[in-house]
Amino acid sequence: MTDDVARRRGDGGDAAYDLVVVGGGPAGVAGALTAALAGLRVALVDSSARLGGQYFRHPAVPGRASGLERFLRLARALGERADVLPRHQVWSVSREPDGALAVHCVTPHGPSSSPHSPDSAASAGARGERPVVLRGRRLLIATGAYDRPLPFPGWDLPGVLTAGGAQALLKGNGVVAGRRVVVSGTGPFLLPVAAGLAEAGARVLGVFEANRGLGLARHPVLALGRLGEAAGYAVSLARHRVPYLTRQAVVAAHGEREVEAVTVARLDREWNVLATRVVECDTVAVGYGFVPQIELGVQLGCGTRYDVDGSPVLRVDDAQRTSVPGVWAAGEPTGVGGWRLAELEGRIAGRSVVAATRRPQAGCADPGRRPEAGRADAGFRPHAGRADADRTDFGSAAGLVSAAGSASAGGGSRVAEPSGVAGPGRGEVAAGEVAGVWVRRRARWQAFGEALQRAYPVKPGWQGWLRDDTLVCRCEEVPLARVREAQELGATDARSIKLLARPGMGWCQGRVCGYAVSCLAGEPPQPPRRPIAQPVTLGTLSALDGTLDGTLSDLDSPSHSGTPDMEDS
Amino acid sequence: MTFHITVDGRPVPVVPGQTIGAALHAAGVRSWRTTRFGGRPRGLFCGIGVCFDCLVSVNGRAPERACLAEAAPGDEVTTS
Ligand SMILES: Cc1cc2nc3c(=O)[nH]c(=O)nc-3n(C[C@H](O)[C@H](O)[C@H](O)COP(=O)(O)OP(=O)(O)OC[C@H]3O[C@@H](n4cnc5c(N)ncnc54)[C@H](O)[C@@H]3O)c2cc1C
Ligand code: FES
Repeated sequence: MTDDVARRRGDGGDAAYDLVVVGGGPAGVAGALTAALAGLRVALVDSSARLGGQYFRHPAVPGRASGLERFLRLARALGERADVLPRHQVWSVSREPDGALAVHCVTPHGPSSSPHSPDSAASAGARGERPVVLRGRRLLIATGAYDRPLPFPGWDLPGVLTAGGAQALLKGNGVVAGRRVVVSGTGPFLLPVAAGLAEAGARVLGVFEANRGLGLARHPVLALGRLGEAAGYAVSLARHRVPYLTRQAVVAAHGEREVEAVTVARLDREWNVLATRVVECDTVAVGYGFVPQIELGVQLGCGTRYDVDGSPVLRVDDAQRTSVPGVWAAGEPTGVGGWRLAELEGRIAGRSVVAATRRPQAGCADPGRRPEAGRADAGFRPHAGRADADRTDFGSAAGLVSAAGSASAGGGSRVAEPSGVAGPGRGEVAAGEVAGVWVRRRARWQAFGEALQRAYPVKPGWQGWLRDDTLVCRCEEVPLARVREAQELGATDARSIKLLARPGMGWCQGRVCGYAVSCLAGEPPQPPRRPIAQPVTLGTLSALDGTLDGTLSDLDSPSHSGTPDMEDS
Repeated sequence: MTFHITVDGRPVPVVPGQTIGAALHAAGVRSWRTTRFGGRPRGLFCGIGVCFDCLVSVNGRAPERACLAEAAPGDEVTTS
């Protein structure tokens, strides 16, 4: 353990952090910083080499991007006050007998490994990675979301990328995904991707938006961002003569070793194909919304609910608490709504964690315990972190909504209806814990996020784009015909289809095909039941003495003994 | 400022901070693996560690995701 880390963790005896945050996007960084500024001992882990998440992913030498400078300031402030562990991938969280949470990570060996990582258990898993276990009294799940792809013929050809993948290449690596690029799918976030590619010199042949949506003039990104940023995307598309075409989509990709052309279809409102044309290109960026990453919460037993677009998300209350004591969630895992909402939720969660820590009743044996609302109110004192926060420019509204109006009419909160296990319902949260202005602002952004999901749904017609030999599952190479065969054999739900035809049983554990398989089965996507959030080597598992009893026997993927990451070292 | 890694013995330039997957893609190498059954080519797809399409072996270690692994000078990458 480096001196730095040892010092912050406190010496001797109790080595648990007050808060461990998983995910270093806007939500995680905001939550961690809020807690750290109030004096809590905080660790933040992220699987990437640098903080930022989906939106603030940046190359080593950051370019210009709205909000990025500010995010980097926050990240720097966090680095001075907390243990920030990049390149640490969390694959499981378990509850220890004393009530603390053990956050199991793996981190790569070798020169690229973080200089800050504590070197406990360093000798294990000698091949590519080594395990690191962090103990925390409280956990904030801020793991974000990933692109939701839909299968279509040829979607597994190299050169077909997710929209987020194209953006990660550009923002994180300074690599333009291709020369002649087609952007397709649905949702407001296709626009920044197309604009970014065009600005970086790619010839963007079109943005094909499968829905009618709200049109470019009223495009939601205009409302999402501050005006300058959003208008920037539209202006940029216009300047680069990028057509933005609605009710159209890429329905097939063609090529031998990589994509050489795509079929673009005009669609009816259910996404049935009306007419097609072929467009030559070398790269396709596709995205049909997002899949919130909620595995860690599901592992811990956190309650879930369905978001407006049918995605399972973690249920949280006004203070971002999940149904499991000691576990908070913020950002995309609680519902998709853009980076500003994610950051705000992170701050609210951080505040709530601080309040929970300050309460005399809340001890290690009962982390995150929730006193009655009245008691919390009475017990709360404005905390020292406040002034500090303002000094680092974190307390200011910079980058949040510029006009802090009141909650929009009908701005329904997505907070779970109180149903026993959910803990305190809306309005029960201590006033000092979550500032009213934040709650109203959050309600407004949430309502906006929900409006987006309604304006950009996935319509069933995409299933007609598939051919018998179209791969539904890329990992196990399961074509549509085999899914249909399983259904004819009597597999009526996604789970039985998976057992019979094996989609979702490979490397990615159904992250990529799960949504499509649910649709093909005619059911809403189920919350992911993955005992292990990320595949790890057996070497890593065996280096953990008995902390995972029972977990391995549940492990149902990756399933092939031949898959290299399950080989023993 | 750039350095090189080798991919199956062939040099590939890297701008510091890039992942192995990004460096390969930038060098025009868009697939570096074939699937078990159909022998289909695979390279980057999700770009953020979700899909496992982009696996490579670095310095003889177990396969890892090229889109997450930051390239380091001298890395020897092998593909399957
Ligand atoms: C292509 C694209 C374009 C977008 N454009 C816009 C835009 O113009 N405006 C806007 O407001 N929003 C935009 N968004 C949405 C925006 O990116 C998200 O709203 C925001 O990033 C959510 O923040 P977050 O903190 O919840 O999650 P993220 O930013 O996704 O951060 C989550 C972090 O958690 C880490 N993580 C996940 N699982 C683990 C694990 N098991 N172990 C360790 N680390 C883990 C990830 O590496 C990641 O860094 C866009 C998104 C995409 C994909
Ligand atoms: S491209 Fe999907 S995991 Fe690397």
